[in-house]
Amino acid sequence: MANQVDEPMMVDGRVDSPGGSWPDRWNHVKKMLERAGPFAHPDFEPSPETIQFMLEVCKILVIGAGGLGCELLKDLALMGFRNIHVIDMDKIDVSNLNRQFLFRPKDVGKPKAETAAEFVNTRVPGCRVTPHYAKIQDFDGEFYRQFHIIVCGLDSILARRWMNGMVLSLINYEEDGSVDQSSIIPLIDGGTEGFKGNARVILPGITACMDCTLELYPPQVTYPMCTIAHTPRLPEHCIEWVRILLWPQEKPFGDNGKPREEREDIGIDGDDPAHVKWIYDKALERAEKYGISGVTYRLTQGVVKHIIPAVASTNAVIAASCATEVFKIATSCCNPLNNYMVFNDTEGLYTYTFEAEKKEDCLACSQVPQKFTFAPSAKLKDVIQYLCDNAATQMKAPGVTAIVDGRNKTLYMQTVESIEKRTRDNLTKTLEELGLADGQELVVADSTTPQSVIFKLNLSP
Amino acid sequence: MIKLFSLKQQKKDGEVGGQKTGTKRASAAQLRITKDINELQLPKTCQTEFPDPDDLLNFKLIIMPDEGFYKGGRFVFSFKVGQGYPHEPPKVKCETMVYHPNIDLEGNVCLNILREDWKPVLTINSIIYGLQYLFLEPNPDDPLNKDAAEVLRSNRRLFEQNVSKSMRGGYVGSTYFERCLVK
Repeated sequence: MANQVDEPMMVDGRVDSPGGSWPDRWNHVKKMLERAGPFAHPDFEPSPETIQFMLEVCKILVIGAGGLGCELLKDLALMGFRNIHVIDMDKIDVSNLNRQFLFRPKDVGKPKAETAAEFVNTRVPGCRVTPHYAKIQDFDGEFYRQFHIIVCGLDSILARRWMNGMVLSLINYEEDGSVDQSSIIPLIDGGTEGFKGNARVILPGITACMDCTLELYPPQVTYPMCTIAHTPRLPEHCIEWVRILLWPQEKPFGDNGKPREEREDIGIDGDDPAHVKWIYDKALERAEKYGISGVTYRLTQGVVKHIIPAVASTNAVIAASCATEVFKIATSCCNPLNNYMVFNDTEGLYTYTFEAEKKEDCLACSQVPQKFTFAPSAKLKDVIQYLCDNAATQMKAPGVTAIVDGRNKTLYMQTVESIEKRTRDNLTKTLEELGLADGQELVVADSTTPQSVIFKLNLSP
Repeated sequence: MIKLFSLKQQKKDGEVGGQKTGTKRASAAQLRITKDINELQLPKTCQTEFPDPDDLLNFKLIIMPDEGFYKGGRFVFSFKVGQGYPHEPPKVKCETMVYHPNIDLEGNVCLNILREDWKPVLTINSIIYGLQYLFLEPNPDDPLNKDAAEVLRSNRRLFEQNVSKSMRGGYVGSTYFERCLVK
């Protein structure tokens, strides 16, 4: 089988021709895009242009080239999306190979994004996947803005929230406070855990966002510190004891020549077998002392790396659902998922779709920046005075921060003494001197508002 | 239905959709911590210190109890708030070595809302009150420092003596404590 990998794929009994196209190649897609149907949206107009948009123009970003990412890339490429970028910060591990089918044993140790892109580009004629072996945080708004749709196959809430914040920051608002629809980049998110999964569609600023539904995500499993320290009952308690309490004390691997006090605490690397082995050995000792059974190397690795069991078929289902949503949104041929689908095939098979609601006071998406205009020569104290005096704000003791040159900057905060002292001088500086540019966003916190408010600063002389 | 792409089919390399915003948006964690910090209502026994006023995510809390076993002591806690806040609790450590049943000698703190009972509705203020309560009512049934807990349970008088000895600077058993009295 292995030698077939590099050959072009056969479709309808044909193989590749130059340019990656041959008659009837997109027949299956055209059936949906070039004719009306009983399930099509009433506003949908069948047209041969739609598939051209898909093939030539539409630019998709896939985040993650792991379990979901491999499925997504395969699905999107075979569907006819050809302008795809993929970001992943990880390298291939041998344990990925059972389900991340774009990787082979020879690829172990190589970056996932590059390997996946190369595989798809070789296998699917005409498809151009551009890999980015990087973190999502390495790119800025200018990069993300180039995409029509972003699909996430991520494994952390933190990364999801970051992406969510990014697409929200790309929204422009009209004068009346409504969302400028041309600035929306739909975010499609898939997630799996064992036999359970979910797919959702986020239209930033319009539908519920990641932070609106933060309560839906279960908190990470934690054990009370005192249980870990003195009354362990589970094998996990023993492993957590080593991870949280013993490791920072013993500081293993941090230059063993030195005495313990002078050793540097090098953090635990869950991918380093020596680290996991050390934790396993110590946890086993502790488990024996307390008569606890069940500490194994695999469990240790699972607890240390917070490994969630991965089931290939769940990934396939969720990725297929996400890819279908990309197709529906890109072509407008059908209503998109509204907006959250849960899937569970632990026993039998269950799916349920509901409309996650936008949270009125969501920190991430309910914020329509309020505009105010000042001269560049205005002083910070004028702005604060305005916030207190203005009939629409009437604040009491506003704290003001901003992001200047990519860094957080506390401009003034009255309520905390140590901060007040060191930001007091800012009051008499002009906005220009403080490095505030036109279009700058100010974060303002005050006891009169339930949450921080964003103001957009217009500077005009 | 929103027909997104009739509006911008032309979006291509380097081209930006809509007007250029350019500026970075503050993260949800940042927005929330700004609110938390601006709204801090410290009991008179507590102070905060921000080594870098631009960094609201890393700061110190100083507790100086005015009653109970620890009256007259000065205890410094470090707070590290991550980007996962408020989904995840901040990491809190006690930087002053203290003889306390719920704080170990490495500075780990056993306070339920810092770990298993954390909820996003809680704030920095909730944690500060929780920590202050630990000094008023040390809890021997939830021990991190087992020796201290046993003494508290069996001999309150001795526990009190041990606490004041440790705060003045000196040995309790074989452990040396640095002086941490205010005066």
